[in-house]
Amino acid sequence: MDHPSAAAIFNKDEARTEWHDKALWYVRSKRDLSAKSIPEWEQLRQIASAIKAHALSNLDNYLVEFEENAKKNGITVHWAQDGKEHNEIVHSILKAKEVKKLVKSKSMLTEECHLNPYLEEKGIEVIDTDLGERIVQLSKEPPSHIVMPAIHKKKEDIGQLFHEKLGTEAGASDPQYLAEAARQHLRQNFLTADASLTGVNFAIAETGGVVVCTNEGNADLGVSLAPIHIASMGIEKLIPKAAHLGVFLRLLARSATGQPITSFSSHFHGPKPGSEMHIIIVDNGRTEQLGRDDFRKSLNCIRCGACMNTCPVYRRSGGHSYGYTVPGPIGSILSPGKDLKKYSSLPFASTLCGSCSDVCPVKIDIHTQLYKWRQIIAKEHELPWSKRQAMKVAGYMFSHPNMYRTAGKAGRAMLKVTPKTLVNGPWNVWGKSRDLPPPPKESFRDWYLKNRVKK
Amino acid sequence: MKVALFIPCYVDQFYPNVGIATLELLEKLGVEVDFPLDQTCCGQPMANSGCETDGIGAANLFVENFKDYDYIVGPTGSCVLHVRDHFNKIQQTEEVKKVRAKTYELCEFLVDVLKVEHIEAEFPHKVGLHLSCHGLRGMRLGQSSEIVGQDFSKMRGLLEKVKGIELIELDRKDECCGFGGTFAVTEEAVSVKMGKDRVADHVRHGAEVLTGGDMSCLMHLGGIISRKDQPLKVMHIAEILNGATL
Repeated sequence: MDHPSAAAIFNKDEARTEWHDKALWYVRSKRDLSAKSIPEWEQLRQIASAIKAHALSNLDNYLVEFEENAKKNGITVHWAQDGKEHNEIVHSILKAKEVKKLVKSKSMLTEECHLNPYLEEKGIEVIDTDLGERIVQLSKEPPSHIVMPAIHKKKEDIGQLFHEKLGTEAGASDPQYLAEAARQHLRQNFLTADASLTGVNFAIAETGGVVVCTNEGNADLGVSLAPIHIASMGIEKLIPKAAHLGVFLRLLARSATGQPITSFSSHFHGPKPGSEMHIIIVDNGRTEQLGRDDFRKSLNCIRCGACMNTCPVYRRSGGHSYGYTVPGPIGSILSPGKDLKKYSSLPFASTLCGSCSDVCPVKIDIHTQLYKWRQIIAKEHELPWSKRQAMKVAGYMFSHPNMYRTAGKAGRAMLKVTPKTLVNGPWNVWGKSRDLPPPPKESFRDWYLKNRVKK
Repeated sequence: MKVALFIPCYVDQFYPNVGIATLELLEKLGVEVDFPLDQTCCGQPMANSGCETDGIGAANLFVENFKDYDYIVGPTGSCVLHVRDHFNKIQQTEEVKKVRAKTYELCEFLVDVLKVEHIEAEFPHKVGLHLSCHGLRGMRLGQSSEIVGQDFSKMRGLLEKVKGIELIELDRKDECCGFGGTFAVTEEAVSVKMGKDRVADHVRHGAEVLTGGDMSCLMHLGGIISRKDQPLKVMHIAEILNGATL
């Protein structure tokens, strides 16, 4: 389903759309307060963007440096070309130790690679341990947001889900009660897991270690209790030095939720005694994106989700309407590179208002990239035929002043004599909920000729 | 100073009063204004739909119409932004470069070029200002709420010079109205919901008039207001600055 269709369904329940919009706007407002408490905020964004540009331009060297240092730390490093290879590597690590249960802390990369269904098919139980992730996992849905995966669910929905899956009281929706139930349920799983997998927020070339940011401490608990730790990261997660972390940690949580910093910024620099640590470095289309001049900056993304919270379209259409692992503005510039045809409606799911670019902590020119994807989509014949033809006709008309004026005059005359009910018939999408302006008796040009041009 | 008036196609066809107000306002401020008669459209509708190449004819015609002027001024942030940012798709002759650099949004021209300090207008009403995105985030006619720094708005500054005006504060001072060109039709559901929410913000704070610098946003918002018969009116900022009455 394309974005407009999914968004139209989402908007059928207007009250719920408003609730969703307000929930996310609240997060955006918290971000504003938090960012505005840092006078050098804009400078921080500039530095972060520059570090990312540098790291991405020298990725070949930094990746090698990172691997060398990670190995020195006793970490086993794997390289995966795509999602399939990533999943196979995870499986081979787990299979070697006969792992039956894997606890995962939030990783959008494993969502991107569809790791859960792959492992489940192989008979391995996967438990997402981030509360929001666990909620969507239990309800068999993908995350609708990269930082708040269950933001589309009301507490009553979660109460019902937990009642069915975890045996909480029917009708209970008190967040504290539900969180406690989830905590007990997850604790059992942490204690019985044979391996843990985490995502990676930052990988430091200089030290060969990774940093994971969470609010729930679930990454730490999973890693500390299980004898195997697998960390999955995209190649773009690299930063050159540990000193650079300060820049990103200051930006990340403030942009994401308005917190000064996430509750836990966990540094993993090697296996604990008697256990294994693996890092899987995944490409999965990133090198290709890096090779696209107009779009490489999209790899700056630190997955804060601020562009989703600020996007007036995302807030009123929900993460699932995008149909891609990463929804919202950033997803709409990443997805066309993966499958232009499938995601051809996403760069158009924007008014190009530019709020995403202004809020982005690493200064990705998101709305400019949306515009550029649109050009490619039209060129590759992925625009609806009617739109393509309309633009051709409009382009021709606007190159011919006489034709433009005649068409304008005819249009206004027609509007004047056509009854409103007919104007707003089913063929007029504009008129479904909006009136057209009443047609004036003359154009500005006509007025100008009468009133200003000397005869 | 030779100044050309650029009237966007849909303003020419549907909102002649906005063109007249812009012209009269500039004349009052002592500017000699010419309206090149063969102007049509800047080409933005095609470009934003992904069909940049279909807009090249319009862009070339625009340059042809306006190349001989010192300044080109239009009552629109959106179309002006298109001229500045997206005329990079045609060959960059000296003429094209000049036209791109010298095309101004009306308020920007009043503030930055004419350095207007006094506005001869009275408008004793509660007014809500809609900051259109292309003017705000594209042309930086003001500070967007996402950016950390000194707050400013060229449009607001001008309106504050109007006698008797009461500018209302909004809950969301610069959220997009949802027009977005063809977006208004292809993403009808979201577009309308965005528009309804913007209108509600203005109504909630008692605006009698909703104003802004882009008639396209106001056409969308006005369409919603009219359909729902809501108690406020849309007016282009040029009309208020030119001394219009309600």
